[in-house]
Amino acid sequence: MTARDEVSRLVREALGPPRRTPVPVPRGYLTRLTGPEAATRADVVALFTERVAALGVAVRHVGGDELATAVAAVLWGWEAKRIVVPSDLPFGWLAELDGVRALADSPVLDVSTLAGADGTVTGCAVAVAQTGTVVLDGGRAQGRRALALVPDRHLCVVHADQIVGVVPEAVRRLDPALPQTWISGPPSAPSSGGPPPHGPRTLEMLVVDD
Amino acid sequence: MSLREGEAGAHVPDPSERDPDASGGSGGSGAPADSGGSAVPGGSGGSGGPGGPGGVVGPGSSAGSGGFGVGTLLRLVSGQQGSAARGRGPDGKPALPRFAEAAREALADAGARHDLAESAGLARDRLAAATGEPSDWEELRAAGAAIRDRALLDLGAHLEAFERAVTDAGGTVHWARTASDARRIVASLVREGGEVAVADGPVLREVRLADALAEQGISACDAGGPEGRDRVRAARVAVTGADFLVADSGTVVLLEADGAARACLTLAEKLVCVAGMDRAVPDWTDLEVLLQLLPRAAGGQRLSPQVSAWTGVVPGDGPSEVHVVLVDNGRTRILGDDVGREALRCIGCGACSAVCPVYERVGDHPYDPRGTGPSGPIGAVWTPLARGVDRAQTASLPFASTLCGACAEVCPVKIDIPGLLVHLRGEVVDARRNRPVPTPELAVMRGLAWTMADARRFEAAVGRGSRWARLVARGGRIRRLPGLLGRWTEARDLAAPPAESFRVWWRRREAARRRLR
Repeated sequence: MTARDEVSRLVREALGPPRRTPVPVPRGYLTRLTGPEAATRADVVALFTERVAALGVAVRHVGGDELATAVAAVLWGWEAKRIVVPSDLPFGWLAELDGVRALADSPVLDVSTLAGADGTVTGCAVAVAQTGTVVLDGGRAQGRRALALVPDRHLCVVHADQIVGVVPEAVRRLDPALPQTWISGPPSAPSSGGPPPHGPRTLEMLVVDD
Repeated sequence: MSLREGEAGAHVPDPSERDPDASGGSGGSGAPADSGGSAVPGGSGGSGGPGGPGGVVGPGSSAGSGGFGVGTLLRLVSGQQGSAARGRGPDGKPALPRFAEAAREALADAGARHDLAESAGLARDRLAAATGEPSDWEELRAAGAAIRDRALLDLGAHLEAFERAVTDAGGTVHWARTASDARRIVASLVREGGEVAVADGPVLREVRLADALAEQGISACDAGGPEGRDRVRAARVAVTGADFLVADSGTVVLLEADGAARACLTLAEKLVCVAGMDRAVPDWTDLEVLLQLLPRAAGGQRLSPQVSAWTGVVPGDGPSEVHVVLVDNGRTRILGDDVGREALRCIGCGACSAVCPVYERVGDHPYDPRGTGPSGPIGAVWTPLARGVDRAQTASLPFASTLCGACAEVCPVKIDIPGLLVHLRGEVVDARRNRPVPTPELAVMRGLAWTMADARRFEAAVGRGSRWARLVARGGRIRRLPGLLGRWTEARDLAAPPAESFRVWWRRREAARRRLR
């Protein structure tokens, strides 16, 4: 008997005959923001900005036509010389770069190249206002997971229409088949002290008001 | 998951630093899970301590301590003290110290107790703030409990669905009946890959993965340690735990504070993920509840800083080989207990420990001297359910509580921990009922039952008892009972009985009345 068969048998014996109807789940919880925080779209976006900032993330609002300038300004602030970006990052985002080399992840960059870069720029799939979270799922302008993990600085561009109010809205927008990383602020420092060993220690965001 | 940073448990001294058994006999750590045999029949049972289920522990009546102090705790655990000599099981392996014995050592360490109290206080404040914020917290708890029940009551089907989905996504699922099976499976998967990056988590500690890798000569690095950064980047093979397994999609979900697991599961070529098989969740959308409950209950955060969710092998992104090891290790045993299976709802947040007045004083160690199982109130039910109550250590755990009910109130999936503790106390007593030599407590109870079954026997016993008791009393209090009973008074005083029993007084009063009439 394989271990699988044995465990399956033990589970069957423990539970008895299979149930005809699954346990009903009372879903009386909120699936959207309510109250004054959610009176208008602008309120939801404002809540996102507030929560993200509270997590230690530098965040700025920019108009669609200012995005390229704002990206260049953040990279200038980092004194970045060389950044890595997903191969499908919209060209316009980097149009104003001056003196910064952007390496596209195509062909695939090795870990030491990622580690040697001064930062990375990505988009996101969805963002959650209540928790100040951005979720990357490898979709457009996000690239593979290593791109937003290995470099020490991460600039994430969030379009206002990507911001939802609460976690349930984000879960329902996402496809579990895609690899997801939910990022709520920079990684915490380990309890033993010292800097967090993984993930960008600097996280910045630009919220694009479309 | 390393969400519990800074929580109470972090300050408990390493169990290896102290002698786990000061009373002579045997040490704890290192005895394998399967070491059988119970120790000396212990006098456990009955001593409930103050406060029934749901009751609040009032100001202590014990020697000089106000509120729920160390005295109360000693009072609580002292009923547990059986024969001091702890033996070895029939296989010669040393038995683990009972909760009360281990707690005694923990309580003697004033520094550690101070640290524990401080960090527990902070953890409680964070917990209260995070769970008080959402207006729908109670609705989320109700949904969370139902989601977990739904998963558990049809666990076989959900695990098979999970396996199918993982396999369809290019991954491999392994089944481990015991901790040693899990160790063997993981070791064989990682053997050829050079140094292994390990993102530590409760399941990995439960199966003692680090020991297994060391024994096999496989070098491993702690992904969360100070040198983790470069070594994880160089490692080709990585091992992580998991918080949830989504049955319908085959998705593994992992929440953490520091990103160690995220680095492992992103950068390795071969990923081995070890998960308790109880952590199945029926549908992807169920995460909309659990992703709110777990972070708030665990670390007081709105969401954990890093959450990773992945399904099998993702072409062009991350590991090209993905394994998931489903660990039973007592979980099917818990599932077979109609009442106890509620414990399997546990999502590992540690909120019950954060609010527990007993845990606050003794820390992790007394709950599981080997450091492999959960500690705190959930550990006090999980470990006896998973391992049975025929050994002194596991049988002592259901009594490691005042039944104050704080844990049940905070549990994000509404596990009725006090109810389960009472259920298990019954199991412990039942398991001992048919021993050829009854426990001292059972002998006393049987004697009492015989005495109280007859009015004359009872009165004679009360009369004789109170005369003796008044002889030992000083200033209206009995500070120490003679002989074996002395153990019971180590941490509590007894009021001296009155010179005249109620029955005697009543008879005298009635006689006087009759005379007046």
